[in-house]
Amino acid sequence: MRAHRSSVVAALAAVTAVTAVAGCAAKNDGKEGGGKGAIEVTATDSSCELSAKEFPAGHVRFAVQNKGSKVTEVYVYAAGDRIVTERENIGPGTKAEITAEIKAGSYEVACKPGMKGDGIRQKVTASGKGAAKRDPKLDAAVAAYRSYVQEQADQTLPEAQKFADAVKDGDVEAAKKAYALSRVGWERTEPVAESFGDIDPKVDVRADGVEKGQEWTGWHKLEKSLWEEKKISGDDKKLADRLITDLKDWQKRVGKAEITPTSMANGAKELLDEVATGKVTGEEERYSHTDLVDFQGNVEGAQKAYELLKPVVGKNDPALAKELDKQFKAIRTLLDDHRDSKSADGFASYDTVGKGERKKLSDGVNALAEPLSKLAAAVATTK
Amino acid sequence: MTQDDGTTTEDDKTAQTAEGSAPSRRSLLGWGGAGLALGAVAAGGTAAALRTGGDAQPAGADATSRSAVAFHGTHQAGIATAVQDRLHFASFDVTTDDRDELIALLKEWTKAAARMTAGDTVGDGAVGGLAEAPPDDTGEALGLPPSRLTLTFGIGPTLFEKDGKDRFGIKARRPDALIDLPQFPGDNLDKTRSGGDLCVQACADDPQVAVHAIRNLARIGFGKVAIRWSQLGFGKTSSTTPDAQTPRNMFGFKDGTHNLAGTDSAALDKHVWVADGAAKGKESWMAGGSYLVARRIRMHIETWDRTSRKEQEDIFGRDKGEGAPVGRKHERDTPHLKSMLPTAHVRLAHPDSNGGIRILRRGYSFTDGTDGLGRLDAGLFFLAYQRDVRQGFVPLQKRLAADDALNEYIQHVGSAVFAVPPGVRNADDWWGRELFA
Repeated sequence: MRAHRSSVVAALAAVTAVTAVAGCAAKNDGKEGGGKGAIEVTATDSSCELSAKEFPAGHVRFAVQNKGSKVTEVYVYAAGDRIVTERENIGPGTKAEITAEIKAGSYEVACKPGMKGDGIRQKVTASGKGAAKRDPKLDAAVAAYRSYVQEQADQTLPEAQKFADAVKDGDVEAAKKAYALSRVGWERTEPVAESFGDIDPKVDVRADGVEKGQEWTGWHKLEKSLWEEKKISGDDKKLADRLITDLKDWQKRVGKAEITPTSMANGAKELLDEVATGKVTGEEERYSHTDLVDFQGNVEGAQKAYELLKPVVGKNDPALAKELDKQFKAIRTLLDDHRDSKSADGFASYDTVGKGERKKLSDGVNALAEPLSKLAAAVATTK
Repeated sequence: MTQDDGTTTEDDKTAQTAEGSAPSRRSLLGWGGAGLALGAVAAGGTAAALRTGGDAQPAGADATSRSAVAFHGTHQAGIATAVQDRLHFASFDVTTDDRDELIALLKEWTKAAARMTAGDTVGDGAVGGLAEAPPDDTGEALGLPPSRLTLTFGIGPTLFEKDGKDRFGIKARRPDALIDLPQFPGDNLDKTRSGGDLCVQACADDPQVAVHAIRNLARIGFGKVAIRWSQLGFGKTSSTTPDAQTPRNMFGFKDGTHNLAGTDSAALDKHVWVADGAAKGKESWMAGGSYLVARRIRMHIETWDRTSRKEQEDIFGRDKGEGAPVGRKHERDTPHLKSMLPTAHVRLAHPDSNGGIRILRRGYSFTDGTDGLGRLDAGLFFLAYQRDVRQGFVPLQKRLAADDALNEYIQHVGSAVFAVPPGVRNADDWWGRELFA
């Protein structure tokens, strides 16, 4: 939903998290920023030089120095332009350090002078094992979550197809009914989808998130046509096809997402952030008012990640587990108060939810999101 | 407003006279104020520059505006303490129904409050912790001095009983003095800006320090409490020190010339603190405490500004420049009530017109931008402490609501009342212990 920026943030969070989890992993050595052991990245307005293009897998540090005249940013991409880590806003003459847990494989490092475009790229290779040892329960949680994410994408496609078909048939009513349901799987796993940077802005951007020069595509453009313009144009029909194409891309790539225990935990918190900033205010579904369906999807996805991590959380921080159990239950109960069996998606239209009720939902989100923000720490440290 | 303002000009004089004293420091402070002198009413006062409980903190204290105010004491800090420049007041709903959970929160809050008032961070601080976890402290007060932060905790009537339910087994301990305020003529109360189960008043000389404190307490409380409403304030409307210039309210009038002085322990004992003897049986937990009335008083700024100076001055009963009472020369001259209009604010709010009633005013001006109609959303966030609301705010406000000429230019839009327990004695003590023990 939040387009490009949020996806970057999500990816960054995931990476940082990895670093922490891999605390016991083979370190590249090195202590101070830019010191020994770091791969030096020297960026100018026209070049991007690396002190090494091959390095051992594991905890890798990049010491960036911007010798150019423009603000730059540095990205590490895995195959398919998946962001492994990045750092924006490195001013001329300044240094920055980026760290990441990098598995064996081929990557590209990109410097982007002026913070634009694809950047000046260098191919690099990480070799060896360098993997962190971690609690097998966490590995199991990650594996199970990976299956869940894939499952959500797989289940979304037929629902999305139903929606797209209705749009292509010009059937406004049928499309409206299929709209919210086609988004559920996406909403449950959004932080993972957002880690792909390029998909989210195509399928889930809102009118105010469209950047200059970007065409507005995806669910919310169609939402506007259906509810506000109340008609389906020829362009909308094409957009329906594009939505399916983009979602298929997601379905194909989502299984390869970088997922770690802490990125799962932070992803759960980010799902609640989505609720707190977009759903509870009614901004997300401003035409269809189906915000409660998204809300429920976000909560379900967060709960799934939590449940999978719980064997470890329960051991490391039992009080936190108890609080989260309680608050997840509380928010589900709150949501249940707004169910409407007559609506196509099972929930009341959000424009019928009054101020007082929205305040209650907001309080519930705060009550859950605050302890949820402590989840990453509870899986990052082993007790 | 009046009450709000608390500046009771005349009262002061009277008070002085009554006490047979020559112009004392206190009297000087006193009544200068003008209209909104609500404070005036009570103990004369606005200027509640008292010190905290029994601590020896000087009331005045501009010179020490960066320093820390003692958190522990007989009375809570933030009542008699010399008034700071800024306010963030928050009212909370308790969202848990678990008594133990509430008690645990109050203990955690107290611990955090003691740290923050000393200028420390909450918990493990704002930096240096785990990289992938949010810091315990939000960090915006890092590097700032304590700024005389005080955090004052209160308990609303709904904590004792709500919708007929004894929520935490304390219904029987609700003090008689903690009444539900009556509806006053002219009130236009917004429910979402009124009431609350708990409140915390944060006062500091730096707005960021006050906001930081409430923000962190709210964060600690998520899941147990939720903010119901909050109010930022600036430009204290109560004079606190004898030599300080009397502040002006949003109507441009000096306000709080004659508030209760924070150093006047006799007056505080008489008008503000609940005496041991008065707090018997179910109310014994309130000994050393006080009762707080909070009112959000919107001022109709634009129409006021179109009112002639003469009318403005008549309404208040003081002149606009000097702040002198009608017919007098200087701000701190004893007011002559009978030379004012019968509906003049100062006249009506004065202790002489109210059987000697005095309250300790601690209000702040507020400006929350504009209201969507282009009108300045501004006014007075009135805070008054007294030992019994039934003998303090209520009779005063009844009188003012009925007759005050100022009513044409003000409207009470938010209202709350809280029992403010005695001070936290030491590091093992906590907010509300006497009630829940």
